[in-house]
Amino acid sequence: MRFESPKTTREAVALLAKEKGSAYVLAGGTDLLVRMKTGLIEPDLVVDIKRISAMQSIKTTASGTRIGAAVSGAELGENKKLKKAWPGVVEATNLIGSDQIQGRCTMVGNLCNASPAADSVPALMAARAKAVVVGKNKRRTVAVEKIITGPGETSLAKGEIIEAIILPRRSTKSGDAFLRFIPRTEMDIAVVSAGISLTLARGVIKSARVALGAVAATPLLVPAAARAIIGTKLDDVALEKLAAACSAACKPIDDKRGTIEYRTKVVGVLACRAAKIAYQRAGDA
Amino acid sequence: MPGLLVSTTVNGDAIEFVCPQDETLLDSLRDRVGLTGVKEGCGTGDCGACSITLDGRLVCSCLVLGAEANGREIETVEGLADGDKLHPLQDKFIEYAALQCGICTPGFLIAAKALLDRNPNPTVEEIRYGLAGNLCRCTGYDKIVRAVQAAAKQMRKK
Repeated sequence: MRFESPKTTREAVALLAKEKGSAYVLAGGTDLLVRMKTGLIEPDLVVDIKRISAMQSIKTTASGTRIGAAVSGAELGENKKLKKAWPGVVEATNLIGSDQIQGRCTMVGNLCNASPAADSVPALMAARAKAVVVGKNKRRTVAVEKIITGPGETSLAKGEIIEAIILPRRSTKSGDAFLRFIPRTEMDIAVVSAGISLTLARGVIKSARVALGAVAATPLLVPAAARAIIGTKLDDVALEKLAAACSAACKPIDDKRGTIEYRTKVVGVLACRAAKIAYQRAGDA
Repeated sequence: MPGLLVSTTVNGDAIEFVCPQDETLLDSLRDRVGLTGVKEGCGTGDCGACSITLDGRLVCSCLVLGAEANGREIETVEGLADGDKLHPLQDKFIEYAALQCGICTPGFLIAAKALLDRNPNPTVEEIRYGLAGNLCRCTGYDKIVRAVQAAAKQMRKK
């Protein structure tokens, strides 16, 4: 295996595109090194992106907040401005693993690992986040929900790399929240999860996005669930419709973490709780 | 594939080692630098026995490549004591018998230090969350939590 740590995105892309064997991007390494250790993959090339300055920072501009692909979960959690602007996104990312994992793991790594149960992804989808994808000859901005195509599969072409995540700027009367259900309180993989972002106008939900994790082959954006609460003040009828829309949208598997029936039921409960937190945050904002 | 020359700082000392490009920092520290306080438990980031700090961040050294350490600063359990004078966490782990076989202890000490550096007066709940990435299979966690509380109290006095 060859190890490279380029200083620019362009260099990283060139290295990845040129490699004839198997090439992998190393961000936090909390998934990649586990796969190497367990023999699932045998990389010919590993490209460390943590020395690329465009990937190291969190920057807020008029149009939104740009979070570099090499920013760790711990760094996100320490960023007070971001925590205030997008509490759900930060909470979701901070749920990934232990403090040791937080010191390394990244949102982009979580996205590109493409687990159906990825903690940060439903929150990013709900937030209308976009990924800055850089390839050999072009750069494109893609909605986060277009990145994961199946378990462990992404829409990125060979040589393409995600340089950053962009969270849009939003109205002050907005809030987001993410909840994950696990049978213990730390260090586990989601049985189900739900991320919700919404914006209010005079207490009425003007716009909303609902995304669910661990209930299908990919994290799911559920427009029908958002429609169930738009135009309401999140009353009991709206919450009931939200839960029903979430349960109807999910296509979970039976495994040791939960049965199909259980996940289908609990996803609605979690979505309602997340919606209440997001609604309260939007009102307080 | 040739080995890589890595220049790094370990517990304040400039260190150089040559390692295969796919070697973990855990193996580099143990087998090339000779710091065997860093333990391998699971090797997959679940148990925390290999905890170190890398540029001040708590990480599992089994999930870092040796090559990544170039130009970075590493702290291991060997750097905790000041000569013969043990760190308050080490003192309290002994006083409270917060260890049995000892394999998890260096990781717990490093993780507890990282926690107290950030939060000098943590609640029991904060300690338990802060140490959730460290597994102990013999003492249970109660004595460890008590030892960390006692060390925190002592460290706050300074």
